Amino acid sequence: MKRIGVFICHCGVNIADTVDVELLTEKLADYPGIAHIENYMFMCSDPGQNLIKDAVKTHKLDSVVVAACSPTLHESTFQNAIAEVDVNKYQLEIGNIREQCSWVHSNKEEGTRKAELIIKTAVEKAKLNQSLDPVSAPLTKRVLIIGGGIAGIQAALDIADGGYEVVLVEKKPSIGGHMIQLSETFPTLDCSQCILTPKMVQLGKHKNIKLYVNSEVEAIGGFMGNFKVTIKRQPQYVDPDKCTLCDDCTVACPVVVPSEYDEGLTYRKAIYVPFPQAIPASYTIDTENCLGFEPIACGECKKACLAEAIDYDKKEEIFIEDFGAVILATGFDLYPVENIPEYGYGKYLDVLNGLQFERILSATGPTGGKMLRPSDGKVPKEIVFIQCSGSRDPERHKPYCSKICCMYTLKHAKLYKHKVHDGQPYIFYIDIRSGGKRYEEFIQEGVSEDGIVYIRGKVAKIYKEGDKMIVHGMDTLTGHKVKIKADMVVLAQSIVPSEGSGKLFKTLKLGTDSNGFMSEAHPKLRPLESLQSGFYLAGAGQGPKDIPDAVSQASGAAAKVLALMSNDEVQHEPIIATVDENKCSGCSVCIGTCPYGARELNEDRIAAVNDILCEGCGACISACPSGASQQKNLTDDQIMKMINVIIN
Amino acid sequence: MYLEISKKDINNELVQKIHEISGQNVFDCYQCGNCSSGCPVVDYMDITPNQVLRLSQYGSIEEILKSETIWVCSTCLQCSTRCPKGIDVAKLMEAFRTVNLRDGVGVVDPDHLEVENKDELPPILLVCAMRKLTG
Amino acid sequence: MKLPYYPGCTLKANAKHFEDSAQKALEKLDYQLEEMKDWVCCGTVFSMTSDDLMLQLSSIRNLLRAEKQDLKELVTLCSMCYNTLKQSKDFVEGDLDNLEKVNNFMYMEEAEYKGQVEIYHLLTLLRDRIKFETVKAEVTNPLKGLKVGAYYGCLLVRPQKFAIDDFEAPTIMEDLVESLGAEAIDFQFKLECCGAYQTITKKNISVKRAYEILDSAQRVGCDAIITSCPLCAYNLDFLQKEIEKEYVDFQTIPIFYFTELMAVALGVGWNGEWTKKHDVDPEPILIEKNLI
Repeated sequence: MKRIGVFICHCGVNIADTVDVELLTEKLADYPGIAHIENYMFMCSDPGQNLIKDAVKTHKLDSVVVAACSPTLHESTFQNAIAEVDVNKYQLEIGNIREQCSWVHSNKEEGTRKAELIIKTAVEKAKLNQSLDPVSAPLTKRVLIIGGGIAGIQAALDIADGGYEVVLVEKKPSIGGHMIQLSETFPTLDCSQCILTPKMVQLGKHKNIKLYVNSEVEAIGGFMGNFKVTIKRQPQYVDPDKCTLCDDCTVACPVVVPSEYDEGLTYRKAIYVPFPQAIPASYTIDTENCLGFEPIACGECKKACLAEAIDYDKKEEIFIEDFGAVILATGFDLYPVENIPEYGYGKYLDVLNGLQFERILSATGPTGGKMLRPSDGKVPKEIVFIQCSGSRDPERHKPYCSKICCMYTLKHAKLYKHKVHDGQPYIFYIDIRSGGKRYEEFIQEGVSEDGIVYIRGKVAKIYKEGDKMIVHGMDTLTGHKVKIKADMVVLAQSIVPSEGSGKLFKTLKLGTDSNGFMSEAHPKLRPLESLQSGFYLAGAGQGPKDIPDAVSQASGAAAKVLALMSNDEVQHEPIIATVDENKCSGCSVCIGTCPYGARELNEDRIAAVNDILCEGCGACISACPSGASQQKNLTDDQIMKMINVIIN
Repeated sequence: MYLEISKKDINNELVQKIHEISGQNVFDCYQCGNCSSGCPVVDYMDITPNQVLRLSQYGSIEEILKSETIWVCSTCLQCSTRCPKGIDVAKLMEAFRTVNLRDGVGVVDPDHLEVENKDELPPILLVCAMRKLTG
Repeated sequence: MKLPYYPGCTLKANAKHFEDSAQKALEKLDYQLEEMKDWVCCGTVFSMTSDDLMLQLSSIRNLLRAEKQDLKELVTLCSMCYNTLKQSKDFVEGDLDNLEKVNNFMYMEEAEYKGQVEIYHLLTLLRDRIKFETVKAEVTNPLKGLKVGAYYGCLLVRPQKFAIDDFEAPTIMEDLVESLGAEAIDFQFKLECCGAYQTITKKNISVKRAYEILDSAQRVGCDAIITSCPLCAYNLDFLQKEIEKEYVDFQTIPIFYFTELMAVALGVGWNGEWTKKHDVDPEPILIEKNLI
């Protein structure tokens, strides 16, 4: 017979207010199997842990039940505590009498009764718990990074500099993300491209980094430390080794497409380099728009290419590679302005989104950095900026604050004033959120010195009259309805997860919040990890964030990965499936049920378990018709005994 | 009230005039409302002090000049001492009154002053009222 | 010891008892107020426009004449005189260009103001030079049992640069009150405007202001209010009859100049002439507390 110790925690008043801890201690003392029982104010405290350790030694306990909070919080605390006094950590059982009892009940009598049952079931389970050892698996010391914006670039460089091999997968033809489109960055107003391109060049040339552009992750298998990832690469159709970057192909190409880089404000050809500083710096053919795949229809670029670098017959390639960890840096896009028809985007050429305005401000943009409006190329003398366009609007659009718009809108207004000295910017806002280093000062300088007029209120509607956008708003501070005849309107659209990221997260089985942003393992204490082991988060794909935050998070995620890479093997929980060879008929139901590919028939026609691949989900166990499959430390026998406690 | 905001009004001549008389930059204001919250006579004003600042930023000086507010303000300086942006709001109010008084608007004629108990009034009261209300 | 003294208009008229009581009380402390010669109006309010120097002349003329009389300092009793003279002095001394222009306007004075005259309010002299301990030591008729609310109004504490004490939490008047043996009571609106000159054109505002100030003092148990500004004293005292018309439950409360209570405490006694200058009779509370 096992000697089980039971330790009941008061958790201050969290438990003790609803559960009569003293009464339970007294009442359970004679319960079969319990060799020792006591209670304490805070079991997780150092004195609390010492109390458990001392009791183990004094009473020669070989199994421990702690009745306290959820095992997600302190299970490992108590596991480590008993391990220190030589009791196998899988001999620890938690009875959750807080989240599942005291916090959800108010009647002390009933709470106490329920806590009693919870503790008894834990004791019953503990009686049959076996001592287990973690499953060890080798660790692949290679890292996959998905997304080549600033977050992905930073993480890749940090890990590669740490000496590990990195594969960066980017779906677009170049890395750089949205940051490469920006003109200048707040609050320092340094040129975005000037600070980003050195990192891009460094990445392109780094000996530890392999770059796949035009590529996407198709499938993933395995587990932390041993992922097997399928990457699909669309062909560029231009051999970068032969290409001399002469640009003859572009000149020859008859197909004109709106430029992604310029947010549709200019046009590019179907064969193109996305932007001058693109990495890799090579031409690519946009298959959706190119006519050359029908050689009768076109083929102009191929004819023009003297280096014979173009090959329409190139096929997409599939790579299957092994990785130990994955960093997701999938980034953001802007909420489609078409969803806010009252702002007239798409209908009026001079109503722009923030990224389009960045392009107009940029020296490499459609106007060469001149402040000209798209409709007629005139200098806009009055510009209205609208913040929270789609954000903080739970009813119709997005419920959350997009965090960066207050700052970039002010930056837009400032840069506009730098270019058009006699121009007048107006900013409609609901609140100004400038909680970053030097951010508030940046805003206040704009207000005091740059003549930027802030108007507190949301814009109701924009309509075009002649060549003016008539902006109808409200100034809630003076109570006046406001009308402005603007030459241009810039909408600070909500930040949303990047297009296609939802599909990727599904492929990777990654959790997201209701807005599609990746969920972190813990919002405060594990913000860089996914709940899915081996996946780490960086950048705006996890939630709207600015460049400093994205870079910090990326470096943080890289540090997490580097810590993982410093191990020689990964350890895997041993709470996994096992098979009783005497009972297994080899029916193979489990094999079809297992989502991890961990079950397979061996030469004796027994459905064996691959300990490394098994995640312990229990699907095969419930599917097994003969009861041959059992979960370690959660056997049918244990479950039945626990149920018995409750129904008797 | 409907307000049309336009470039020609922002920092217009009248705003500059107010700036010249008061020495205060109305564009410093970020609308925290501290001036209004501390004002002991805000109940008697038709537009609050922070609204005066806001309208000044829009260049709607005429509306302020027509307001009761600038005459209700008695220069107690509470707003001026508490403004987090260092705007001397009382000086602004004085500037608005001054622009009016110099145009003959709102000027009190001492000869036709209707006050009860004139005899008991301290000279200080009459002198300061005339200083404030005759320009 | 003699203190060069700038009285201002109202101290010679409605607030004659302010001057009289100050003079008598100071004599008990071996100080005499010595009135400067040829003084003119202080201007009453400091001109806040930066483009009209004419409005500063009256104040500066007093400073210039004091300087001509070899006076290094002027002490004032009236808060308004103090504030206006002090701000004007700063206006010219802080900007030599202003000083030159103002001097040019005053060529008839046949002298130029150099900016050497210090302006003090009597309260700061009592605190810093005469010392409240000395006052306390000279008290022969301690104001025992009298609960006094000290009303500062605006001009003793604002602008911050010219405040005679902490501009948001002054205690100088309370400290004086305590040294006279009375109990100083802090009240909510002791720093808020009395309505000032609105009494002339928008009397309702002053009446409401006075009511709110007095009511806030009475709610915390004040028997009397002290002030150092004749305009505040007028609004708080003489408007009580208007307050009574509007607020039926209102009980009147006497308004004193701080010097009147000093005089009582220092054994000068009460002067029946002073009572005539008050609207709300100040004597009953003094009699009730056995002070006169």
